[in-house]
Amino acid sequence: MAIVFKKTRGLTDVPTHYCPGCTHGIIHRLVGEALEELGVLDNAIGVAPVGCSVLAYKYFNCDMHEAAHGRAPAVATGIKRVRPDNFVFTYQGDGDLASIGTAEIVHAAHRGEKISTIFVNNAIYGMTGGQMAPTTLVGQKATTAPYGRDEAHCGKPIRMSELLATIDGAKFVERVTVTSPAHVRKAKKAIMECFKVQIEGKGFGIVEVLSTCPTNWGYTPEESLRWLEENMIPYYPLGNFKRPEEVE
Amino acid sequence: MAKVLMKGNEAIGAAAIKAGCKYFFGYPITPQSELPEYMARELPKVGGLFLQAESEIAAINMVYGAAGAGVRVMTSSSSPGISLKQEGISYIAGAELPCVIVNIMRGGPGLGSIQPSQTDYFQATRGGGNGDYRLVVLAPANVQELVDLIIEGFDIADQYRNPVMILGDGMIGQMMEPVEFREPKRRDLPEKDWATTGTQGKRKPNIINSLYLQPEELEEHNKRLQAKYKAIMENEVKVESYNIEDADVVIAAYGTTSRIARTAISQLEEEGYKVGLIRPITLWPYPYDEFEKINPNCKGILTVEMNTGQMLDDVKIAVKGKHPVYFYGRTGGMVPTPNEIIEKVKEIYGGEK
Repeated sequence: MAIVFKKTRGLTDVPTHYCPGCTHGIIHRLVGEALEELGVLDNAIGVAPVGCSVLAYKYFNCDMHEAAHGRAPAVATGIKRVRPDNFVFTYQGDGDLASIGTAEIVHAAHRGEKISTIFVNNAIYGMTGGQMAPTTLVGQKATTAPYGRDEAHCGKPIRMSELLATIDGAKFVERVTVTSPAHVRKAKKAIMECFKVQIEGKGFGIVEVLSTCPTNWGYTPEESLRWLEENMIPYYPLGNFKRPEEVE
Repeated sequence: MAKVLMKGNEAIGAAAIKAGCKYFFGYPITPQSELPEYMARELPKVGGLFLQAESEIAAINMVYGAAGAGVRVMTSSSSPGISLKQEGISYIAGAELPCVIVNIMRGGPGLGSIQPSQTDYFQATRGGGNGDYRLVVLAPANVQELVDLIIEGFDIADQYRNPVMILGDGMIGQMMEPVEFREPKRRDLPEKDWATTGTQGKRKPNIINSLYLQPEELEEHNKRLQAKYKAIMENEVKVESYNIEDADVVIAAYGTTSRIARTAISQLEEEGYKVGLIRPITLWPYPYDEFEKINPNCKGILTVEMNTGQMLDDVKIAVKGKHPVYFYGRTGGMVPTPNEIIEKVKEIYGGEK
């Protein structure tokens, strides 16, 4: 019998701790597959964040380094600069990357660090129990925004992909989601392209993946997918913001 | 090898390169900027890398990444910048990675001043960051010793998989003295088989980490750390003493302050006073045992520091109430003079030689 699908060697064989309906699992798989299919898994060093994916170092089947909250791009910089022949990636959430770690991600991009970042944006702090993130939508409720995010009080959510796309050193910037099989395929394609930018030594690349948090949003997994599509995508438009220009 | 005249901050860089450190991540701050400047100039010549980070926080986290990847790596800063590095230092200690961190101290608290001080003794020896961890803290008193301790510091860091801090002050960073680069004592250094280098399909993934969600595991991890610290306490204490078995008063001072104390002692000797000196070279592990050798009839121990009394606590722990303990300090970038120390010693004598 022909094997038509099997679990990627890019992931370890352990159960994850993610909540039911959370899309981290799908994103992990796509990253694992991309590492394997591009032939960089055995040469890869991943950097895990603080947040829901804090235990990512147990799930990716390659050397891993656990960073402090927000500092993954700095840790990855240190690794890549002393081991330029290794493939180095960070996996970060929106509290990690878009709040406490904005300086680190902006400057890693600005230096054109040859690293790749997977940015999982679920518009909330998941691990700590549903507090407001910089990415929380206006009106969206969170435990530290119990009346809904008020623009007059704490501004509008920050769009990191658009911000990073303005930086010269960032060579690949794309926002995707994984709410349907079609979106999952597009996300995989974006991650593969982003990783190739590093492999080809072109500079910094990031894929922002809009993700669900049924537990802290207070919806079922299915409702969460719908809520994401109806509320997040209009504010965080999907698509490519930047890719390296083809060599003439 | 012939001696060369070098400024302290530049000598640190030269010593680090001599020790095989090819990577430096830093951020400018007075009075240590000559060091990153030296590294920016010299590291590319030896196939190394200098990178100016966007902040001290980023710089120490780059060190964390590079140390995890198994290379000799260094960063430096001065007091307020070292405060910013504490998060990363705690992670590096927790993940048991070797690196050398240089603190060329200036006056505080807050933005303080840019003049020399020793106000970060507590921060360096008591933790600074969160958690039960220790840094090996080395306090050079002259540029030659600074060079020797940098070179040996990398070996100590590698041997114990622990961050080492060089605690100097603005004076030692800025002064010029003749130095030579000498080999440290030989140590058997372990292979860095734990480093992130890519599995190359030949081994299980290496994970650099300080997270242990199970309390039992974290307690075990802490016990391991404490066993390591105990070994460091047993094997790595460095201290220089002068005439303590015979002294009527013993001065305890470290770093550049100890040199001022030495000048005061020479002048006091000319006047017939018998004054000794204990100069800790390792501030952690602290040379508590050395204080046992002090003349039992000693009239008192005078701690002299460029702060308001920090090493004083360790001196009291070491003395165990056997002798009266006195303190003289200047702070804010003010430096104690030999005459001030002489006056204080004479006070302790109480008018009788």
